[in-house]
Amino acid sequence: MPTIDLEITSLREFNKMLHELAEGTNDTYFRVVNPRGRHAIAAGVDAPITVEIDGNAGYYCAGMNKRANIIINGSAGVGVAENMMSGRVHVKGDASASAGATGCGGLLVIDGNASSRCGISARGIDIVVKGSVGHMSAFMAQAGTLVVLGDTGDALGDSLYEARIFVRGKVNSLGSDCVEKQLREEHKEKLGKLLEDAGLAGEVDPSDFRRYGSGRTLYHFHMDNLEAY
Amino acid sequence: MGDDNRWVHPPPRYSSTFDEHSIAEIHRAAATGIYDIRGFGAKRKVPHFDDLLFLGASMSRYPLEGYREKCATDVMLGTRFAKKPIHLKIPITIAGMSFGSLSGPAKEALGRGASIMGTSTTTGDGGMTEEERQSSKTLVYQMLPSRYGMNPDHLRKADAIEIVVGQGAKPGGGGMLLGQKISKRVAEMRTLPEGIDQRSACRHPDWTGPDDLEIKIEELREITDWEKPIYIKIGAARPYYDTALAVKAGADVVVLDGMQGGTAATQEVFIEHIGIPILAAIRPAVQALQDLDMHRKVQLIVSGGIRNGADVAKALALGADAVSIGTAALIALGDNAPHLDEEYRKIGSRAGAYDDYHEGRDPAGITTQDPELMRRFDPVAGGRRLANYLSVLTLETQTIARACGKSHVHNLEPEDLVALTVEAAAMAGVPLAGTNWIPGAESASF
Repeated sequence: MPTIDLEITSLREFNKMLHELAEGTNDTYFRVVNPRGRHAIAAGVDAPITVEIDGNAGYYCAGMNKRANIIINGSAGVGVAENMMSGRVHVKGDASASAGATGCGGLLVIDGNASSRCGISARGIDIVVKGSVGHMSAFMAQAGTLVVLGDTGDALGDSLYEARIFVRGKVNSLGSDCVEKQLREEHKEKLGKLLEDAGLAGEVDPSDFRRYGSGRTLYHFHMDNLEAY
Repeated sequence: MGDDNRWVHPPPRYSSTFDEHSIAEIHRAAATGIYDIRGFGAKRKVPHFDDLLFLGASMSRYPLEGYREKCATDVMLGTRFAKKPIHLKIPITIAGMSFGSLSGPAKEALGRGASIMGTSTTTGDGGMTEEERQSSKTLVYQMLPSRYGMNPDHLRKADAIEIVVGQGAKPGGGGMLLGQKISKRVAEMRTLPEGIDQRSACRHPDWTGPDDLEIKIEELREITDWEKPIYIKIGAARPYYDTALAVKAGADVVVLDGMQGGTAATQEVFIEHIGIPILAAIRPAVQALQDLDMHRKVQLIVSGGIRNGADVAKALALGADAVSIGTAALIALGDNAPHLDEEYRKIGSRAGAYDDYHEGRDPAGITTQDPELMRRFDPVAGGRRLANYLSVLTLETQTIARACGKSHVHNLEPEDLVALTVEAAAMAGVPLAGTNWIPGAESASF
């Protein structure tokens, strides 16, 4: 169980070590101490390992992650798990702007709040935020799911494509072409599974959520929609 | 004389202000209620490389022998930070054009032609295709605001990464790929439903300014283990400050695209009225690099309206390290070819004027996803044509460089140039021909 002290080992050395892990390595758990808000910690990992970061991470922590399970025992800066392909990233504190931006897959769990543009341009990632999210969250999100247990800021799901949004608290305002949709049994089932994956099994009732999705009125440029642009 | 109508009714007088194009555009707008969208770059006449001339050798300097004495053309890109900089045999690269806006075979042809000549191609909005990676020996992978198709595996497969902040045709603009070009494969690569109009974002989703971009670049370098050169592409708008900020953000290479640079589709008003000509942008960008002691350390690639070897030589003489071509490369593949005139007319255009790339009805089979039209285009023959064209550009550039006595095309310098117009003299910072007057030189600041 290697422990990496980023006051001693440089970030470059640490990331390089993660990138060079042999497939099937026995080193599958890494503990990082003294992260001190450094940027790009454990970015670009492509291995079925666990990285546990004790402290706060800077920008783009776990960026473009594939397969790894990355836990941040603290808060994360801008773009945590941006463009994640697969794996799991768990922020125990709060996340800054653009959490999970453009993510293609995997699960991002944020125990605290996430700032603006959470899940912006998401392309398949699932995001569960136990607190609230800021404005413009899920902007132009194409695929995947954003689950918010708390409230959302303004313009939720603006110009949304096919991503799904579930909110338990208050939605401050919906963005262009984002509409409330009926929460059917199949949605509750999927949502329940996602909440379970996020460690909330039995704690939260999927029936308490409201579902939002694309009105699909902006899918083709049309003069009648000009006021929405 | 009183009966002679010639004096009473002079020939009709057309307005210079309300010219033929303006009147047609007003009629079009009144009929449709929507702005015109098209491809290509700016079509209006702007000060350009044609307004510059080389002086050549004379009493005070001697030339090199054509076809005999060596005139090198190679260029290294990414020497500032990248562990694996790119070495190109010619200073002419192929600009980013997406699979989606271009057909797969057209992308393949670009790769084939560029690889024959030892230069690079660039992906585009929509990601990297396997065919493109296979056909391009040196491939630059674009990171655009939309991030369509962005994939860390492709980042690692690329030879360089180009972060697109803007492009010359539309600085400050995003993009739109209309539904008719969204085939099943294009839709899958972009994770979007088939057949919808795809909006490409104008801002990056996870950084907002040069301070953030510096951190973004650090992330990309970490992900790719500091191997790949990182370019920043900007549309020519405020070239001095934009170049300085790109250097500050950690770029290895700055790509500067003038308003004549092409696009697959945007509003005509955007193409013709936002951004500045490449001629006006190079010297401020070079000045910024020189002020930061970064000229030739951070390489400068310029684009937008490069057509021939003279344009290449002039861009290099003004301080660029390389040029990039997009529109010219498509023309070399067969776009706007005269023998297709009849077919262009059928879709309301003419050979030489076709610019509706967004409609996907290209008779040349280049800017389309229609299988029937795509079949018309032979990627092997197209690649050969592009290689021929690149070869001519290189030979012409060498011809000029030798005439100026240079053993490497990078030795061309502003002192080799004069301008034909006061405007070009001021923009390029070279004297008006026959004078030693550089307008604005005494108070040059950006």
